[in-house]
Amino acid sequence: MRITATFASFTTAAAIGLASITTPAYARDDAPYITLASTTSTQNSGLFDAIIPLFTAASGIDVHVVAVGTGQAFEIARRGDADSLLVHDTAGEQGFVADGYASERADVMYNDFVLIGPADDPAGIADAETAAAAFAAIAEIEAPFASRGDDSGTNRAELRLWDAAGITPEGEWYRELGSGMGATLNTAAGMDAYVMSDRATWVAFDNRQHLDLLFEGDPALFNQYGSLVLSASKYPHLKHDLARQWHDWLLSDDGQQAIADFRVKGQQLFFPNAKPDARTSTAE
Amino acid sequence: MPQHDSALATALALILERDPTLLGIVGLSLQVSLSAVMIAALVALPLGAALALWRFPGRGVLVVALNALMGLPPVVAGLAVYLLLSRAGPLGELGLLFTPGAMVVAQVMLVVPIIAALTRQQVEELHHEYHEQLRSLGLSRARMIPTLLWDARVGLLTVVLAGFGRASAEVGAVMIVGGNIDGVTRVMTTAIVLETSKGNLPLALGLGIVLLGLVALVNAAAHLLGETARRRLG
Amino acid sequence: MNTMLQAARVGIATLSFEAVSFEHRGQPLLAEVSLRLEGCRRTLVLGPNGAGKSLLMRLAHGLLTPSRGQVRWDGPPTRQAMVFQRPVLLKRSARDNLLHALAVKGTPWRLRRLLADGALAHFGLADLARRPARVLSGGEQQRLALARAWLLAPDMLFLDEPTAALDPAAIRAVEAAVDDFHRAGTRILMSTHDLHQARRLADEVIFLCGGRLLERTPAERFFSAPATPEAAAFLRGELIG
Repeated sequence: MRITATFASFTTAAAIGLASITTPAYARDDAPYITLASTTSTQNSGLFDAIIPLFTAASGIDVHVVAVGTGQAFEIARRGDADSLLVHDTAGEQGFVADGYASERADVMYNDFVLIGPADDPAGIADAETAAAAFAAIAEIEAPFASRGDDSGTNRAELRLWDAAGITPEGEWYRELGSGMGATLNTAAGMDAYVMSDRATWVAFDNRQHLDLLFEGDPALFNQYGSLVLSASKYPHLKHDLARQWHDWLLSDDGQQAIADFRVKGQQLFFPNAKPDARTSTAE
Repeated sequence: MPQHDSALATALALILERDPTLLGIVGLSLQVSLSAVMIAALVALPLGAALALWRFPGRGVLVVALNALMGLPPVVAGLAVYLLLSRAGPLGELGLLFTPGAMVVAQVMLVVPIIAALTRQQVEELHHEYHEQLRSLGLSRARMIPTLLWDARVGLLTVVLAGFGRASAEVGAVMIVGGNIDGVTRVMTTAIVLETSKGNLPLALGLGIVLLGLVALVNAAAHLLGETARRRLG
Repeated sequence: MNTMLQAARVGIATLSFEAVSFEHRGQPLLAEVSLRLEGCRRTLVLGPNGAGKSLLMRLAHGLLTPSRGQVRWDGPPTRQAMVFQRPVLLKRSARDNLLHALAVKGTPWRLRRLLADGALAHFGLADLARRPARVLSGGEQQRLALARAWLLAPDMLFLDEPTAALDPAAIRAVEAAVDDFHRAGTRILMSTHDLHQARRLADEVIFLCGGRLLERTPAERFFSAPATPEAAAFLRGELIG
């Protein structure tokens, strides 16, 4: 009987534990929210911390951000696990719309990629004319280069640049890390490697050691973010009304202003460029 | 090294300032891991005991499988739970993905094999000592389970603690199924990964120290409990 | 003391060994034992080390299954209990050990505490009720094991060398307990090394040697005129078997 009592109290405790865990989730159901699949670069820079409270104040809708690589963000959305998608891979986004997973895509903002490397710059990329030329210089001396190697938007952009430079990056010097931007920067700092980063993550990044910003400004390094409205017919269970409000707010004057106002260490990291007439749309 | 100093200072400041964000993260970590361990114990203690008491074809395979599953990489457990709870998966209707509930499910998967396998070992040993007496008293095998579990309680406390250690330390599974959502599914370990990826190593290390302290605290409490029981029960 | 117990003992089922053999890994340990136990006598099992005394008890109690032959019970269902040489007590208090046995037996919840405390008092353990059973002395542990058996109100009690490791005072307590069981109408089957003890307790003796049942004789006759030379040698204290 003492044993039964013990088991009974065990069960009760477990039930209470479960209840206390699920309760907040249900409580949040009263306060509406959407799940947004987005990229680590936007999350790590602190952009969401700055703009989501403004959106929530205006709409009463909370945004749960799941920040992953662009490839994984697409996958999460494709499986119907996110209400909204904000990523930076224009070609991939257009394909997502063309394949019927999303019904709409719109430019929201851009930031740019920068080339980072050891301050003494052995490849001399600081003097390069273009990003492709800088990449060629790195490959020329086979200086260590840390690549995300995770099929993220940044990774895809980097591969396009190698392609533009006419180089197939391979060999001991080219290290595919399969990591997020921050982890890749940590590793690059540890082995004095060149690395391509989005500016936002770089500016917010604290563990720089010998790394420095060496090359920037080539239009080929511009990094366009797009917001996608997911297909209502394909994913009937998603919170399309709320997600639509988020999408529209991002493109609105208020949303664009909030993005422009976001600063890290005095620097503007994201440049709003929503053009309502530039939205591509397909019939549902 | 200055970085370590600042990490310790950061850890201390985190604790002393009682930063509400940190408290939230710590609270959620404890809630998720303790719930997972409790549920896992409810399943795995009787399971391990049953495995110790019954002989049936395929038992050896099951025991080996259970021992192997103790080393299940958290990421794999996370992925499995993700596919299970995803909208496109069989349990998608529950809408558990990216909630603390999903994290509990993933951690239960990680902890059940540990508790079950270690419980089987301990109960088997105890059963070796007890089985004649228990059979003489007329206990059926099923009735032996609560008796043996209760008598092995001191050792099983350590087993459950091992489960708690695994649950609270793992990051791969909760990252995938929780999504590390600020204020919703962010726990100590995912917060540490996030701060590391931001290059904010002192804060990451500071959080790590807080986590270590927390686990140490739980262990110390359990150790004290176990010692008292050991002394009292001989 | 326990009239309730006695009333229940109208007829105890007959226990029969029919050509029972037991082998372990090909080694014959008990060979062709046939035996009937009826009524509520005190039967002492004697014999040198390795004669198969413990084995006989365990086969009778159902803890082991014969390799050949069978162990049968004829008559109403019997309640049995066994007291081992080294008592196996649960890692709980003395009282909780008794409560556990009562719970297993299915005694109504409200009666358990009362019965347990009664048994503790009967076996002189009342002051030790809350002590962990595992830290009790050897004699106290064996008394607790007897108290536990007592609560089961057995029709038949098996005792396997219950006093082998005890001091004289503790031995007296165990023997007194055996008498109590006997007076309550319990059939006793007990093995011992101690011939004096056998003389004090036995109504009849079963003599085992080398896995064979050599002799079953009323106690007086066994000790005065054993039928087999092995038993005679054993009684003289010679090494046999």
